[in-house]
Amino acid sequence: MAIGETIRNSQIWKSIFRHPMPLDRRNRIVVMLTNFFLHLHPVSIKKQGIALSFTWCMGGVTFFLFLVETVTGVLLMFYYRPTLEWAYNDILALRDVTSLGILRELHRWGAHAMVITTWLHMYRVFLTGSYKPPREFNWVIGVILLLLTLLLSFTGYLLPWDQLAIWAITVGSNMARATPLLGYEGPGQQLLTIGGLDMITDGSDARFGLLGARFVGEETLNRFYVLHCIAIPLAVALLLAIHFWRVRKDGGISGPL
Amino acid sequence: MHSNELFLKDVAGFLGGYYAAIAIMNGIAALILWQRKHQPVWAVIWTTFACVMMVLGSLALSGSEATVPSLPESVRNLVNTLSGPVNYTVGTTVLLVGFFVYRKFFVQPMVAWSLFNVALLLMGLSMADQNFALIVMKADNVPIVGLVFLLAFFTWVATKQAVVNDERMLRGEPPIEKVNDEKVLVWPDLVYTELICMIAVTAFLLAWAILLPAPLEEPASSVKTPNPSKAPWYFLGLQEMLVYFDPWYAGVVLPSLVIFGLMALPYIDFNKKGNGYYTIAERKFAYLTFQFGFLELWITLIILGTFLRGPNWNFFGPFEYWSPYKVEVLNNVDLPQMFWIGLFDRPLPLAAADSPWYVQIGTILLREAPGLILVGAYLVLLPPLMAVTIFRRYYAKMGLIRYMVMANLMLLMLSLPLKMILRWTVNLKYIVSIPEISLNF
Ligand code: HEM
Repeated sequence: MAIGETIRNSQIWKSIFRHPMPLDRRNRIVVMLTNFFLHLHPVSIKKQGIALSFTWCMGGVTFFLFLVETVTGVLLMFYYRPTLEWAYNDILALRDVTSLGILRELHRWGAHAMVITTWLHMYRVFLTGSYKPPREFNWVIGVILLLLTLLLSFTGYLLPWDQLAIWAITVGSNMARATPLLGYEGPGQQLLTIGGLDMITDGSDARFGLLGARFVGEETLNRFYVLHCIAIPLAVALLLAIHFWRVRKDGGISGPL
Repeated sequence: MHSNELFLKDVAGFLGGYYAAIAIMNGIAALILWQRKHQPVWAVIWTTFACVMMVLGSLALSGSEATVPSLPESVRNLVNTLSGPVNYTVGTTVLLVGFFVYRKFFVQPMVAWSLFNVALLLMGLSMADQNFALIVMKADNVPIVGLVFLLAFFTWVATKQAVVNDERMLRGEPPIEKVNDEKVLVWPDLVYTELICMIAVTAFLLAWAILLPAPLEEPASSVKTPNPSKAPWYFLGLQEMLVYFDPWYAGVVLPSLVIFGLMALPYIDFNKKGNGYYTIAERKFAYLTFQFGFLELWITLIILGTFLRGPNWNFFGPFEYWSPYKVEVLNNVDLPQMFWIGLFDRPLPLAAADSPWYVQIGTILLREAPGLILVGAYLVLLPPLMAVTIFRRYYAKMGLIRYMVMANLMLLMLSLPLKMILRWTVNLKYIVSIPEISLNF
């Protein structure tokens, strides 16, 4: 007890935490306002807004899983090189050579779990009618987050560069080749010609744009790697910031009027 | 048979633990019922059930064919012969509708708990079947098993509260959420809940990662195509739609519509009630439409695409071996063929290759007239027709644009089940088929 007290009274501790230990009502309010991580929350909240039976905590769990994915993802990046020569072998080594070899498992199962919890979160928001005014736009942001979550998972699926990976991505991205007008097997692409020259070929259509090549190859690996590790996470982070901000500005967790 | 014995030895440990876990769960439930809820009868029932599970668990641990609890061969064969895309879809629909109609009955805790136990038991018995286990225990498929149970659980949680609220509001009382609207401090109430959630999720994820290795197959080879080639599981509903539609519709248009439809939802749903609490009665139309799209068209198709579609995307029963040699006869016909050849006994209209372009186009239009007229009527005539009949009240409240967006989204969503039914009943392949511009619908 005395040691704890000494630590909490030290200059270092006090310089880090801008508030005393939240033991009484006043300090419990102060802590929410003066701590960077806590200030995302309101100070007080309707009891029903934190009832597990109401929110299922699914938005929170999804966010936590996003953080887990970020941390394990960064650790994976230390080991993984996105080239045809190394990708598969690096993944093998992660299992066989690296100590504590469950990094990949944590990242993969975390990703699956995040897809599931995002759906459950959407399900709960729908079932409580929480997309109704004034929260319409936050629902729209949510839908974009849902799409980005799926894309994160999809781009990550390719990186181990095994049979499972390239064929799942091949099947998935083959759809792009059938995009109306813009895919070279899509309806109406025949109409896009200039002076008898086809504009939409397998080297210029939507699928080519997605893969960076005519089939899933090294260019695709590079493209998906950058999307997976940088572009999409940044977009998700930005949208999450807006999402949380809107939850607060729209009056906190929804409830009956 | 020999391989089956090896298989049973392999799963014995898992099954033993599985039944033990069910037993422990029911033991805890019995304890709670006995001490806190004062329902001794149910406590006795679940204690007995737990004992039975312990016995099953020890039998499973033996790992021998004679004793591992499993479904009888005849039952498995019956399930295999009975299952097919039609029965599967009709069956799941009947099930979901039944749950919805009799929701008051099914949300009772003891009914739900019984159903949960039955599901777990069936799962355990099925797991002793090699073909079943091979697919369900595939590492990447495990999350979907989890998804099914989680969805069932949360649907129960939500429906239970909706039923309570609907009854309260019928009596003129406010929903239960309203009663609970006293304010509490976020520290400690919310912050601690979050902390516990984080620890629980971390523990769960660690256990999952230690128990189940991530899959890694042979190195990628662009010449060896696996059969079946499947997209990641969350897209398998879309891949299943490819059975009924061409990729441009199933793979591009429909998913875009799902995203667009979801975004449009808050602007279409003009019902002010049901904001911030669980209810079904106050928003039946929105509820049913969403559940139809989510549970029926998205989730059940993912389950179908993952567990029941094997090599060549053929349908396989849950206990059937995924043989790559299974042949399914496809004799699907296009609507123009049905119309011109079947109905009028005439060849399809065909323009001579050297005729001018307007004759060519005219002939195509004539050939496809039945389909084009049908699709046109469906998308152009039905919305106004519905506006003056079944959706009269809605149209009046929503205004033109809002109503048109809703009506068209509904019709496009329904295009999937309609096409399924047409395929099953009259073997219809395409309603409109203009290969000249790769347009098949
Ligand atoms: C990456 C995915 C997402 C994360 C991390 C996330 C996170 C959160 C969190 C933490 C909350 C606070 C309340 C709660 O936990 O339920 C919330 C609320 C909300 N979310 Fe999300 N969300 C995500 C995706 C979505 C999706 C897919 C939708 C809908 C399509 C959505 C719509 C909403 C709405 C409307 C609210 C306000 C709910 C209310 O006030 O009751 N979010 N979100």
